[in-house]
Amino acid sequence: MTDWRPPFSLVASWLGLLALLALTVTLAYVPLGAFNVVVALGIGATKAAMVAAIFMELRHRGARTMVFATAGLFWLAILLWLGSMDFLTRT
Amino acid sequence: MLKGRAFAPQFASSRHRDETAELGMWVFIATEVLLFGGLLLGYFVYRHANPLAFAEASRHTDIVIGAANTAILLTSSFLVACAVDALRANARSASVALLAGAIVLGASFLGLKGIEYADEYREHLIPGIDFVFDGALANGVQLFFVFYFVSTAIHGVHMLIGIGVLATLALLVHKSGSTRRRAALHSAALYWHFVDVVWIFLFALIYLPGRSGG
Repeated sequence: MTDWRPPFSLVASWLGLLALLALTVTLAYVPLGAFNVVVALGIGATKAAMVAAIFMELRHRGARTMVFATAGLFWLAILLWLGSMDFLTRT
Repeated sequence: MLKGRAFAPQFASSRHRDETAELGMWVFIATEVLLFGGLLLGYFVYRHANPLAFAEASRHTDIVIGAANTAILLTSSFLVACAVDALRANARSASVALLAGAIVLGASFLGLKGIEYADEYREHLIPGIDFVFDGALANGVQLFFVFYFVSTAIHGVHMLIGIGVLATLALLVHKSGSTRRRAALHSAALYWHFVDVVWIFLFALIYLPGRSGG
């Protein structure tokens, strides 16, 4: 089969990812105080979620694969949470 | 392998084999998340302690190369996702061509990274080798650049491995488009997308802080 065409969902998410990249670079130059880091990480998390859901095909997978895929995030959350507790609460 | 069977004896079917491979990849990715997680924790702790120095140091990184490299990696991920889809549709030559495109983009990423490292060497920004920075923020700036070089170098090693894996898969797919190859390509693609996701966060933490002057 030589008439393969890229699926619309992949093309749309690729363009969406590039648009989010342009958006995050633009917003980085807008003074938002403490919200600059929130915006940067929020857009980063959105891009990561799009890659995971569409490029990594998680949206077509069931609960079992989701458990395996989110296990890393679960342990990462514990690492960052307990690891930063001391530094965030020092006076 | 048993004659007439495309899967090893511990599996009930080739689908069972492919699902096991996918779950195994996700477990491996979880270990990788924690590898980069340790670096992230270090970054957040030192950024919390040196907010001004991290903003100042970030302004010394090259956002043009950083943004170009992000676009390059996002595009390479798109090509790899297409290669997986093409092989599923039995378009083997398209799949190999898409993988070749992703490999070229991956190599361009590393080339730009090399140019960036060379610029930073000329600007005396490499801790441990040649680091010169004036002012009260020098120590915090140095901490930022330690994180910058360690994390981008580890990411770069992942890119090198990913390029090798994609090249191997391109050769295998070129030879045969069996369901086994499809599962292997899907696993390789998961790895490549993961390395892309790591870069998405490194980009936000390395290049974006401090740009608004605050």
